[in-house]
Amino acid sequence: MPLVVTLALRNLLHDRLRLAATLVGIVFSIVLVTVQMGLYLGFGRMVTVVIDRAETDLWVMTKGGTSFEGPTVLDMKDRDAALATEGVERVTQVVTGFADWRLPSGALTPVMIVGLDLNNPGLRPWNVVEGRIEQLMVTGAVAVDLAYADRLGVSKIGEKAEIRQRAVNVAMLTNGIRSFTTTPYVFMEADFARIVTGLPPNKTSYLLLRLKPGADLEAVRAALVAKIPQAEALTTAQFAERSRNFWLFGTGAGAALFAGMLLGVVVGTVIVAQTLYASTKEHINEFATLRAIGSSRSYMYRVIVCQAAVSAVIGFALAALIAYGVVWATEGSALPIVITPGIVVALFVLTVLMCIAAGIAAILRVMHVDPATAFTR
Amino acid sequence: MTGPVIQAKGVVKTLGSGAGTVQALRGVDLALGAGELALLMGPSGSGKTTLLSILGCMLKPSAGAVTVGGQATDGLGPEELARLRRAHIGFVFQSYHLFPTLTAVENVRLALDVRGQAGRAARAKARAALAEVGLAHKERSFPRNLSGGEQQRVAIARAIVGDPSVILADEPTAALDGENGQAVMTILARLAKTQRRGVLVVTHDTRLLPFADRIIHIEDGRIQPEQRAPRAPAGPALSANSA
Repeated sequence: MPLVVTLALRNLLHDRLRLAATLVGIVFSIVLVTVQMGLYLGFGRMVTVVIDRAETDLWVMTKGGTSFEGPTVLDMKDRDAALATEGVERVTQVVTGFADWRLPSGALTPVMIVGLDLNNPGLRPWNVVEGRIEQLMVTGAVAVDLAYADRLGVSKIGEKAEIRQRAVNVAMLTNGIRSFTTTPYVFMEADFARIVTGLPPNKTSYLLLRLKPGADLEAVRAALVAKIPQAEALTTAQFAERSRNFWLFGTGAGAALFAGMLLGVVVGTVIVAQTLYASTKEHINEFATLRAIGSSRSYMYRVIVCQAAVSAVIGFALAALIAYGVVWATEGSALPIVITPGIVVALFVLTVLMCIAAGIAAILRVMHVDPATAFTR
Repeated sequence: MTGPVIQAKGVVKTLGSGAGTVQALRGVDLALGAGELALLMGPSGSGKTTLLSILGCMLKPSAGAVTVGGQATDGLGPEELARLRRAHIGFVFQSYHLFPTLTAVENVRLALDVRGQAGRAARAKARAALAEVGLAHKERSFPRNLSGGEQQRVAIARAIVGDPSVILADEPTAALDGENGQAVMTILARLAKTQRRGVLVVTHDTRLLPFADRIIHIEDGRIQPEQRAPRAPAGPALSANSA
């Protein structure tokens, strides 16, 4: 091990209480940043969970549609116009809207209705644990997620409830289709969805377009918008991006998460800077001796940077363990904290940079250390 | 090198400002040759430490010139002065100034590390320097587990490991008992003679006089007329547990 690393490590270990304070600062900071980042990523995924599941090339909606949960109304004639567009192979309608679900107990809870065009592929419930898709074709048949069993008061196939005074029965159970708004998704056939959402029979919410192989997406989009001026067509990626932007930045949730991240970095930097500075100050006579025996400034800086880097590595390892626990604990929640390998690498780099930045105050302290003090003490 | 290893000519040093101005050195001329051990003696406040700091390239003179290893220090910046110290000067301090978190051999290696010398060769050199001061068996000891005499010997090993032409020692025996003080001076005298290093020792201790080739008295910032001292024979090599 290079001597400069040995010196840095021993200086750190010399005062274990201070090292503990440094590590607590780093761990606190990195766990906070991890949670905020993970929430940001998890939030970003959750708000597009239905969009990402759709097998489609283009989402057609009313101009300015903000998200899957947002209001959009298209005419069924638009469906025919879309089908007649050059390059379009298939058009699938999706009806969405909010409604009240009356539990067997009589209580009411809001639900998000997702009406499916069961004659065409494009969007289907996923993570199905019980039931078949054909069973949803029966009027009143619905698919609900087990995560909301308590909320909806149903947990088995065949159980009954009401939506807008229309009897519904559970024909399919899924597991893990969570809504970030915590309003449960209830899947059903499109016509029945129109009834319970109050949407007129000649209206729909979205049209999902599958293009013919080799079709020019931009050309189809242009032709479509020309035919349906009040509509716009977005690819799945574009719609997902717009939804994320709406929910994360339009609502201020993203800004809050970013602020939390920034706060974590600032707090971590300040704590590490303070402890590194205190450590350097305590060892200032040793730095003066180093300077006296001919050390360059860069050598002294290396000692401090090594101290910072060693703190970063230990702190990050501890923070990663805690963050892993947090990720595990939130795995099945409505808003899971998502950590990807890329984020782990980014967090490690952030930790090292944060600690090195924190060392600047200490570096400034030793920059002008007077070697002659070695003779006077 | 045939000329002096370190030299001061007309060195003046003024400390402080305004009413608190003190002229610590008032035109000091001094030259130290290779293989020479000189004692710099004088009362407190006479300018010994100031002169040592200037000769050690840690303090710039207000006037006059200093030459180290044949190179003038005038106009050099802090980094260049540090480079000069690395190249030519070894320091021994009164309070040893060892790094408490490093072992004896690591403390010695540090002087090589700052010179960019690392690896196996540096470790071997550090061990050899420790052996030179009779502490080969203590290389893994931390300073807290060494006696004062042993710590000063480690400091001497650190001073010589970079092969400097000059050793500047500030009261190297002040914190030691008589026996250990003698042992340390014996080593310094031997290093001067056998390795042809110039050794300048600041001291108050008259018991060190027999080790000196020359005694330089300084008073009120001025060097007094020189006295030649009878040189003591270099002491026997220290046994491992003599300190």
